[in-house]
Amino acid sequence: MNAAAVHLRGLERRFGDRAVLDSLDLDIRRGEFFALLGASGSGKTTLLRLLAGLDRPDGGTVLVPQVRTVVFQEPRLVPSKRVLANVTVGMPRGSATRRTGLDALTEVGLADHTDAWPATLSGGEAQRVALARALVREPELLLLDEPFAALDALTRLRMQDLVERLCRVHRPAVLLVTHDVDEAIRLADRIGVLREGRLITDERVGLDRPRDPADPAFAALRSRLLADLGVHTLEETSP
Amino acid sequence: MSTATEFSVTSTAGLVVPDAPAPRTRRRGLRLALRVVGPLVLLLAWITGSATGVLSPTLLASPGQVLAAVGELWTSGQLGDALEVSLARAGAGLAIGVLVGLSLGVLTGFSRLGEELLDSSVQLLRTVPFLSLVPLFMVWFGIGETARVVLIAVATSFPMYVSTSGGVRNADRGLLEAMRTFGMGRLALVREVVLPGALPSLLSGLRLSMTLSVIALIAAEEINSTAGIGYLMSTAQEYSRTDVLTVCILIYAVIGLLADGAVRLLERLVMPWRTVGRGAR
Repeated sequence: MNAAAVHLRGLERRFGDRAVLDSLDLDIRRGEFFALLGASGSGKTTLLRLLAGLDRPDGGTVLVPQVRTVVFQEPRLVPSKRVLANVTVGMPRGSATRRTGLDALTEVGLADHTDAWPATLSGGEAQRVALARALVREPELLLLDEPFAALDALTRLRMQDLVERLCRVHRPAVLLVTHDVDEAIRLADRIGVLREGRLITDERVGLDRPRDPADPAFAALRSRLLADLGVHTLEETSP
Repeated sequence: MSTATEFSVTSTAGLVVPDAPAPRTRRRGLRLALRVVGPLVLLLAWITGSATGVLSPTLLASPGQVLAAVGELWTSGQLGDALEVSLARAGAGLAIGVLVGLSLGVLTGFSRLGEELLDSSVQLLRTVPFLSLVPLFMVWFGIGETARVVLIAVATSFPMYVSTSGGVRNADRGLLEAMRTFGMGRLALVREVVLPGALPSLLSGLRLSMTLSVIALIAAEEINSTAGIGYLMSTAQEYSRTDVLTVCILIYAVIGLLADGAVRLLERLVMPWRTVGRGAR
């Protein structure tokens, strides 16, 4: 199991004079869940857009699988299509597509909303539709761009469980871009921290699943990652 | 800390380079050249058509004849006078029409009561072809300037009305709610939030209205007129002067083009927030 899903070497991306990504190297294996942490403007989303093929690198190598899907921070559903049509958007019409679309909606718990308009959905429901839309294509690489950032705390926890469960079933390689350290520790096999265009941390999460935030090892990893992000916690500053 | 080497992979089989869109930075000169190509091809076709005799001069004058006619009309002062009269008519009619359309559009787009009261009547009137109003207006206003200006005003108010009410209705509900909580009154809301938000559709309405003002101008001037481009045209028709007719048609085209360019310029001037902050991340 040493085959790659993402292979980056010497990746560069500049906006004006500022190098947002500066000779970045990164490999993500097939089926691996990689969480990328970083402060605002650290280049996380830029990296994700490069992998999605929405942006061009200024230099370096980018290799990704053919089938990649993205869940954005906002649901980005087409307002003029019903939920099921939004899930199967861009796929060939037909009963087979309809069935896989329905299966995907069932997986995210929205089987009874297939004919609803996106405007009638709550934030969490809309984001679940976006997740179903991303999974229905059976991606080899799933790109999650802070997909839970706009959700309330309870919905976010439920969404995290859902993503964890679905990723265990479908086994795509995942790049999760997030600000939320707890979210990264709960979900990821491996966590990287991006600062000034480079990965300053890249480590495997050695905790057993399901992961408990009350676990001392969880807390230790959390304060270590927060320190890498430039946030110092009480445990670390107090004697 | 560990680096990527610890997690390096041995096989990258099956991976591809993502197919990212090319950056859209076409040079200014090229953009301009692409815009000019179409009109230039038409002009060349006209020149060659006339030179080879495919286009008979009795049907359509050659470019040379048209240029000569422009010179003749200009030195005799006919063209200048006609332009002045026509532009004043179109301008006055357009100003009134746009103002009426804008006011009615805001009224029906912003207030539920306004929509219920007015929208059906305006939509009903809108379906009446404005050319059919010409005889009626002659009876009402006589054959003077008033009838012409009113005709242009009526014709131009409808596109403005439709675009305005649509744009105003699409105002961001959440934003309106937020501004209300900060104590903004209805008038201020319309002036400072609704209208700026509706500007894109207002300007496309203005574009349609401007085009229509030229069309209405022709219709208004063809009837019992003693001055203006339309008058010039109807006299040229009597004497079968295709060169003068072509000059008039070209003048209408140039007026339309200038009007369109003016709105484009206006778009850039009145919506500075639309051109900043795009693409950067």
